[in-house]
Amino acid sequence: MWQYEKKLQYPINIKNPNPKYAQIIISQYGGPDGELGASMRYLTQRYSMPYNDVKGMLTDIGTEELAHLEMICAMVYQLTKNLSYEEIIKSGFDKYFVDHTAGVYPIAASSTPWRAEYIAAKGDIIADLHEDLAAEQKARVTYDNLLRLIDDPDILDPLKFLREREIVHYQRFGEMLKKTTDRLDSKNFYACNPSFDKNCPKGFIK
Amino acid sequence: MNDKQKLRRKIWELDFAIKELNLFLDSNPDNQKALRMLDTYRLARKNTITTYKMKYGDYICTFDDVPATAPLSWIDGPWPWEREFNEGENK
Repeated sequence: MWQYEKKLQYPINIKNPNPKYAQIIISQYGGPDGELGASMRYLTQRYSMPYNDVKGMLTDIGTEELAHLEMICAMVYQLTKNLSYEEIIKSGFDKYFVDHTAGVYPIAASSTPWRAEYIAAKGDIIADLHEDLAAEQKARVTYDNLLRLIDDPDILDPLKFLREREIVHYQRFGEMLKKTTDRLDSKNFYACNPSFDKNCPKGFIK
Repeated sequence: MNDKQKLRRKIWELDFAIKELNLFLDSNPDNQKALRMLDTYRLARKNTITTYKMKYGDYICTFDDVPATAPLSWIDGPWPWEREFNEGENK
């Protein structure tokens, strides 16, 4: 289970609201490579994992991603505060506003609501870890693209923090993939599926 | 249920009571009876965990509780979604 800590992982303090920026940053909440999908992906994959260290890492990173989606939502919230109708129409925020007012709803920048198709739980440790590695890289590219488009230090600072976390997670998942293949038949990693087959090596090497 | 399972069960029950009071006090912040109950349950939880620790070692609930001398024990199974973890807990 989870306990809530009443703080952000990294502070968000944006002085100037900007609904244009809010509309692109929201993709890291409800978009295809956003933090909501990241958290659901890892917390979902845990159940079929055969090794304790991988269960632990998916639990810990999946939990950290919940803190990241809270940071992204805080950014969207602060960027859409105290808007005038003129600003709403001029920035193109009107199309979001008509359905959600200034509520924070999980959609992609291109307006598609969050979908479970963004994540995968293949039930095969090698396939799932590759999915996770790709997901971290795609999230990193999304942050890179946001950093190209945004020109406000109050936003760039936390975005750079989140971008760095993607790289750290990629590194950790890479290590887990190596530890996983080390436990399997070096001549044929795919001889069995340790997430399902009983005859696969289940041994946990500390 | 053995003594270890009984103590774990008691901690789970106290956790649940504290969560219920947490929600109730969010909408009824001036309720003195609920505040007193919260104090009582928090103290009982602390004492039960101390008893558990003396008899059976750490009651691990977060990474922060794992002693620095055994950091790897965080990843030891069983994990909460496995049957072995829950065996005997709800009898």
